[in-house]
Amino acid sequence: MTAPDLQNVTGTNGAAQRFAQGFIRSVVPVLLALVVSGLVMLAIGASPLDFFAGVWKYGITGSNWQRSLSLMAPLLIVAVGLIVAFRGQLWNLGYNGQYLLGAVVASGLGPILFQVMPAFLATLVIFIVAVLAGAVWSLIPAILKARYGTNEIITSLVMSFIAVGVVNLLIKGVFKDLGTSTPQTAVIPDNDLLPYIPGTEIHIGFVIAIVLAVVAQFVFSRTSFGLRIDIFGASPKAARHVGLNSTWMVILLFALSSGLIAFAGAIDILGQFSYQRADWDPRYGDAVMPLVFLARFRPVAAIPFVAFYAVLATGGTLAAQQAGLNVDFLLVIVGLILLFMTITEYIGDRRRLGQSYLPAGLKRTVLQPFRRASERNSA
Amino acid sequence: MTTTATSDIISLRDITKAFPGVIANDRVSLDIVSGQVHCLLGENGAGKSTLISILAGMQQPDSGSIAIGGKTVDISSPKVAVDYGIGVVHQHSTLVPAFTVLENLMLGETGVLQNKKRAAEHLEELAELLGVQIDPHALTSDLGLGQQQQVEIAKAMWKGSRLLVLDEPTSMLTPQAIEHLGESIARVKDRGLAVVLITHKLREAYAMGDCVTILRGGRNVGHIGIDELSSYSEKQAQDAILAAMFGDDLTAASTDPAAVDLEEAAELAGANEATRETRSIDFATRPVRLELRGITSRAGGRDIEADNVTLTVHEGEILGIAGIDGHGQAALAEVVAGQRSAASGTVLFDGVDITRSGVRDRQQLGVRYVTDDRLHEGTIGSMSVALNLVIKRIGQKPFWRAGRIQPKAVDAEAVRLIDEYGIRTPSPATRAGTLSGGNIQKILLARELTNGARLVVVNKPTYGLDLKTVHLVREILIDFAAHGGSVLLLSTDLDELIELSHRIEVISRGGLVGGVVNDGAGTAEKVGHYMTGAIEGTD
Repeated sequence: MTAPDLQNVTGTNGAAQRFAQGFIRSVVPVLLALVVSGLVMLAIGASPLDFFAGVWKYGITGSNWQRSLSLMAPLLIVAVGLIVAFRGQLWNLGYNGQYLLGAVVASGLGPILFQVMPAFLATLVIFIVAVLAGAVWSLIPAILKARYGTNEIITSLVMSFIAVGVVNLLIKGVFKDLGTSTPQTAVIPDNDLLPYIPGTEIHIGFVIAIVLAVVAQFVFSRTSFGLRIDIFGASPKAARHVGLNSTWMVILLFALSSGLIAFAGAIDILGQFSYQRADWDPRYGDAVMPLVFLARFRPVAAIPFVAFYAVLATGGTLAAQQAGLNVDFLLVIVGLILLFMTITEYIGDRRRLGQSYLPAGLKRTVLQPFRRASERNSA
Repeated sequence: MTTTATSDIISLRDITKAFPGVIANDRVSLDIVSGQVHCLLGENGAGKSTLISILAGMQQPDSGSIAIGGKTVDISSPKVAVDYGIGVVHQHSTLVPAFTVLENLMLGETGVLQNKKRAAEHLEELAELLGVQIDPHALTSDLGLGQQQQVEIAKAMWKGSRLLVLDEPTSMLTPQAIEHLGESIARVKDRGLAVVLITHKLREAYAMGDCVTILRGGRNVGHIGIDELSSYSEKQAQDAILAAMFGDDLTAASTDPAAVDLEEAAELAGANEATRETRSIDFATRPVRLELRGITSRAGGRDIEADNVTLTVHEGEILGIAGIDGHGQAALAEVVAGQRSAASGTVLFDGVDITRSGVRDRQQLGVRYVTDDRLHEGTIGSMSVALNLVIKRIGQKPFWRAGRIQPKAVDAEAVRLIDEYGIRTPSPATRAGTLSGGNIQKILLARELTNGARLVVVNKPTYGLDLKTVHLVREILIDFAAHGGSVLLLSTDLDELIELSHRIEVISRGGLVGGVVNDGAGTAEKVGHYMTGAIEGTD
């Protein structure tokens, strides 16, 4: 037994090498996506240089970096929420609905609660109710999954659609601000919103998000609960074998995931938006999902990716308009990241196994005509 | 339609096939002659299956060639293999359970319309050829395993075979069904077909084969031709085959304690009838450690459940449970381990009712379970060997304190167990999934038998292992029982049960159908009688 081995019980053999590999596998897809999206821009007659310069200008320079960091708060919490479920191989795709549920708790209850109790207490109540709302909303997919093995991708997605509808009904109904004609909630006064980090205009939701990510990282990698999640994710059969209650595990992970995502919605309203319009849906989860895969379900590793996307999204909105692109172009870049991530993974796996990069079937098909020809020649 | 060719020779030349990290076939050459049964012998991992999947068109060799009747052919897909008349009966059933026999046989038909009448006639011809009776309209799920195998053989010969390949055909059969199979093989051979019989049991090779080829480590290490084999006495043939199968392990027996001597090798290779190797115990003086009273299990899955099982295991006793695979063994094992709940009945452990306790409580009491699914259930391949060794003690001191893992304690325990059980791993931090099957099984045994084990349930403990590890695993179990541990041994390998068990119960469709005290000759026949009676319904 050598000294390095002693530190490596949890399976981090050759840590530096694996870190380097993980880094390459994570960053390469992003770079490729940026290059190809530049080509797409050229093809549709926009200037990629203008666009990326715009992203830099509006996303980072001046005080714009503070807007980017504010956007990081909900994104990072959504990321942690997704990671909790994904580590257990539970594919919670109901994030949009869960986020909006948390948001509507804040925007609907906020104007009422802030009038009757101190801001600190009201904020706490809102956070708790938001987390509970998200957790309860996930019970149906979780119980169906645990009891009957129903595919949670479909059930959580459907529950998300229902949640979006319910949220809109609430905003147009009980939570509607009677002072305006547009369907939206009453605006929460500025001094009741989350405080800024001193000296900046970044609300403390950013700090909460970073702390959450670090705590989650510790729980996943160092505690018995984290190991239980990993066992459950690696193999439900093995989980049963070591005596884990898989029903409880599914419900707990789904509730944690969904609750965190709802929490992100509440923080976003109380830190950033101060009110909520009907039919508003920022779809953070759609953008965050590829990022948590890039981070290999490690909350701390997700921080730089979320930061990158926050800058892209903050600067990209204006930059896209200036470069003559639709704002939806941002999702093209996200989609390209996903695509290149898949390709990088595939090639990485092949390389690890010492196989050719070409799929076996493709190689055969490509080589077939040549082989026939050579056989004919030799005959 | 039946294109039975005579005096064809299928010759494989220098077949090489490599997978990442292992050369499965290394320049293997052999000739398969019509009208002969060619036995392919070798232990697990010797490359038998790879060679067969190359013949069946499921894998392509990296190099080497296959010629049929002197003409080089490229078997590029399973369909091409069928067109050349190569039919394969795989070790595990490939029949669709919800289809009838006839529908299963017609799966490969290419015509637009089904021609059931012609198919039924064809089946009749084949059934006559094989000397069996097959009801064309029975659901395959209703057939016994022996009958299912007959259907599989008919399916392999459906398109008119030149070569019939049987991959470990006897591993699931009762002694009686093996006899039937032998008769069918003889009839097929008489029709001029070539037969390749894969086995790891030496006595079957000798009884059924005309010539024998032995593979070891992916290489053809010995061939006994048809004349040679018929001129040998059984003992000579045995020694020749054993020498090829074990190679240096045999000669080095005196110096290397891990190596096996000739007698053990013969036993492992199934050369002779098995005999018990455990010391006798006097049941009357031994307290009952485990008692099941009318246990019926319940999981809600499609598994066969344990059905009203009553049994006792004494201190220091190995109780064998014989039965065809999939007859409720898993349910029985899990209900004892606490992974499956009992719908009715009582589980008593040292006289205490533990029916309602979960896995972790029972683990603490000393009830342990070595599962047969060692890759997906028993271990987590992506985690380190060290973690896999303590995974049943999550959250317990000294490995976890206040919920936090204590790497040094985990590592010390891992080093201890790796040393004690001779697990071959580069380090405790190596991912368990990268180890060989034998070493993974050692991880399971080390984990389950340590820290106060009193009863261990083992399900198919040597399935798919190399012969040296098989030997080691059996030694470990015998040793455990000799020191007062109790073993509930579920196995489909009758030889193994006879070698290890004090008593053998037979399980069928979830229930126990009879018990045999394992003392002296004739146990195999008695067990086989119970198995046949219960399964084929010929009481």
